[in-house]
Amino acid sequence: MILAQLSSPPDPSFWREAFQTLSLRAGYNTTVVVLGTTLLGVAAGLVGSFLLLRKRSLVADALSHATLPGVALAFLIADAIGNGLSAKSLPVLLLGAAITGVLAVLTVQLIVRHTRLREDAAIGLTLSVYFGVGVVLLRAAPDYASTPASGLHHFIYGQTAGLLITDVYLMGAIATIAILAAAFLFKELALTCFNDDFARATGWPVSILDIALMALVVLVVVAGLQAVGLILVVALLIIPPAAARFWTERLARMVLASALIGGASGYAGSTLSALLPRQPTGAIIVLVAGALFIISMLAAPTRGVIPTLIRRARLRARFATDHLVEFLFDTASPASLSEVARDRAWSSLQSRIIATGARTAGLITGPRSALTLTDAGRARGRRVARNHALWSQYLVTYADLAPSHVDFSVDQVEHILSEELIAELEQALAKRGIKITSAQTSSGGDA
Amino acid sequence: MNTFLTLDLMPLLAAVLSALSCGLLGNFLVLRRLSLMGDAISHAVLPGIAAAFVITQSRSPVAMLIGAGVAALLTVLIVEIVKRLGKVEPGAAMGVTFSVLFALGVVMIERAARSVDLDADCVLYGQLETLASFGASGDAIQVPRQVITLIIVTLFALAFVGVLFKELRISAFDPGLSTSVGISAGLMHTLLMALVAAAAVASFEAVGSILVIAMLIAPAATARMLTDRLRPQIFVSLIAALIASVGGYFLAAHAESLGFKRSLDAAGMITVISGLLFAIAAVASPNHGVLARAIRRRALADRVILEDLLATIYRAHETGAPGAREEALRAALGTNRASAALSIATRRALITRRDAHIALTDIGSALAADLVRRHRLWETYLVDRAGVRPDHAHGPAEILEHARADNRAPIAPDLDATTDPHGRHIPSPHDN
Repeated sequence: MILAQLSSPPDPSFWREAFQTLSLRAGYNTTVVVLGTTLLGVAAGLVGSFLLLRKRSLVADALSHATLPGVALAFLIADAIGNGLSAKSLPVLLLGAAITGVLAVLTVQLIVRHTRLREDAAIGLTLSVYFGVGVVLLRAAPDYASTPASGLHHFIYGQTAGLLITDVYLMGAIATIAILAAAFLFKELALTCFNDDFARATGWPVSILDIALMALVVLVVVAGLQAVGLILVVALLIIPPAAARFWTERLARMVLASALIGGASGYAGSTLSALLPRQPTGAIIVLVAGALFIISMLAAPTRGVIPTLIRRARLRARFATDHLVEFLFDTASPASLSEVARDRAWSSLQSRIIATGARTAGLITGPRSALTLTDAGRARGRRVARNHALWSQYLVTYADLAPSHVDFSVDQVEHILSEELIAELEQALAKRGIKITSAQTSSGGDA
Repeated sequence: MNTFLTLDLMPLLAAVLSALSCGLLGNFLVLRRLSLMGDAISHAVLPGIAAAFVITQSRSPVAMLIGAGVAALLTVLIVEIVKRLGKVEPGAAMGVTFSVLFALGVVMIERAARSVDLDADCVLYGQLETLASFGASGDAIQVPRQVITLIIVTLFALAFVGVLFKELRISAFDPGLSTSVGISAGLMHTLLMALVAAAAVASFEAVGSILVIAMLIAPAATARMLTDRLRPQIFVSLIAALIASVGGYFLAAHAESLGFKRSLDAAGMITVISGLLFAIAAVASPNHGVLARAIRRRALADRVILEDLLATIYRAHETGAPGAREEALRAALGTNRASAALSIATRRALITRRDAHIALTDIGSALAADLVRRHRLWETYLVDRAGVRPDHAHGPAEILEHARADNRAPIAPDLDATTDPHGRHIPSPHDN
């Protein structure tokens, strides 16, 4: 509903404007904001990957919520000191944010290490209490009541509209530092992600690397505070790597994909919010990231849900065809489909689908009441029956299974025996003087 | 008292009821390591509320409650889907779900706010203070709708935990066992989540989502520091919730008399107090507190070093020397540890100084003989029974000699050997 509203401004100038923004020709300020949030997205995607693999994603949530008391305290202190220091000076506020953010991470670690509470409770506790302190301080801030738009507000939800161009430079600079540092520490962080015991045993300072990772997270959170807001900046750290995980099994590619998805979210999100001035930038960026996550989860070829389902269905279909062909091969005479269905406990719909598939593949022929194998079907039947016999003979001979118990496991393994494995099985069985020539089944095969 | 009735009673009641209902259910969340589900739910109700607005174009409370409830249940469902179908790590699955839903809510509210007066703040912070206006009109006390909802939800939560206590307990501690004895852990999980959602939704309108998160975790965490049994834990958590909500509310409401320029945010103050309560429990709890554990560890370290000192001197006596030289003790035990142990031993009259040597007194000698006996018995045991090589038995025996059973009595193998694997004499037991 909301997306429909977003995408249906009828004004044709909207699209011209959109194209200009996307191609970075919509005026200096907009361009800088778009570039800045893209850098932020890339940095968050990079750093978030390691966070996800270390299973620390939600520590970042505690960290980002905990920046609120820092911002409020920095504001109150700067306001009290007054002379020269503007209370709204961004570096001062961000410094405050970084300090309480780090304190929150330490608090979580202290609670986990020194009490019996688990990490989830430690995170939730830290997050809510720090944020509560922040709320109290914010409401106590002198000009909060009179001018709610004092700027502190934007730290919660994020808003690029009110950003000064120097603020964007600062954001871009912090994000760039995080990107460079993450690239520099790539090998070390990768090592701790996969096997921190090994890393520790081979002399890598794992705890220092962990601190470095948390420092990178602090940088990203602080950079994103103004544009994305403290509640949603954690989304940039979690969503892109979680989405990237669907596309690949390799770390370097995942980190790259995550940076790409993060960057794309920042780019498209800030563009959209530049076009729709009242929209909170952070939320739009997160929605774009969320859309990319859903697409990745459903459609990514490596681990996506739909490709996995298709692969699984194909495999099941192949197994079922194997069983059909094997049955016909074993009976060696025409058999009705219902007979096969009874033997394999298929429903009549299942058996019809399987038969149609086998017929289309040119494996069987004849009416449903008297199915026979074609030449191709006979060849495949021989192969499956042979695999079945080989594997059951192997189980009986080497795994000491009773002949009456092998059929079930054989039914599942017979389809996935590779050529090499079959050759190996033949050799192993030949050593014991057992030779499987043709379609000899396991039922009589005593060892 | 009159201003209390008219101004403070209703907001206070709302705060206490939210704290109690969330605190009660939080016990099971913390035990099942689902604390952050409360976090996820309370962020994710936002789009539900916004949707209720957009659809009804009003601030109809019933619609908001339904919208929030649906969103909360959807959150639980989506988290499960992302976790199972996408095989995403649980923490990340939660993070993805609630942040996207929250973002959706923020955007929807921005758009809805043009027609209706509403912002995301009221969900984050709640509007505890606005409840104050309810009691003010006329003589009779009006009970605002939020409080009535909260009363119902609190009663529901109490009944749920009361009736299904046994089922909740078994499924919280051992889901596998629970399912195998016929109490579906999945069903209990679903029921619990539904109630957490209801409590969160009923509470956030009055007190805000941050307080909901705090109340779902902090009281239970506090109680967990203080007790090992579930029933007392629930009881303590309710008391903690009560103290935090009443204390936080009054601190905030009467901040002006405490020197602040204006009253503070009540929900925030309650969160802060509940955090303080946890901090106090975490530090000072007699069993699990940081302080108590540090003291216990310190006492253990003192005992071990003292025992090591006595045993070292005893071995020096065995060689026929009048005692051990201080430098030798310092070299054997480490300078700092030796000094501490020497001063303790002197104070307890276990050692005396003879010229350059430090010798055992009678009491010290008896203690040391027992210790050396245990050491050599352990060495014998390790070599004879556990197949440890004689030159490898000293290290483990050095640790085992200090071991004590639950009743604080020293543990030693029950062997009637008289010499250890190195041929040294095993002192006979003392009865002291």
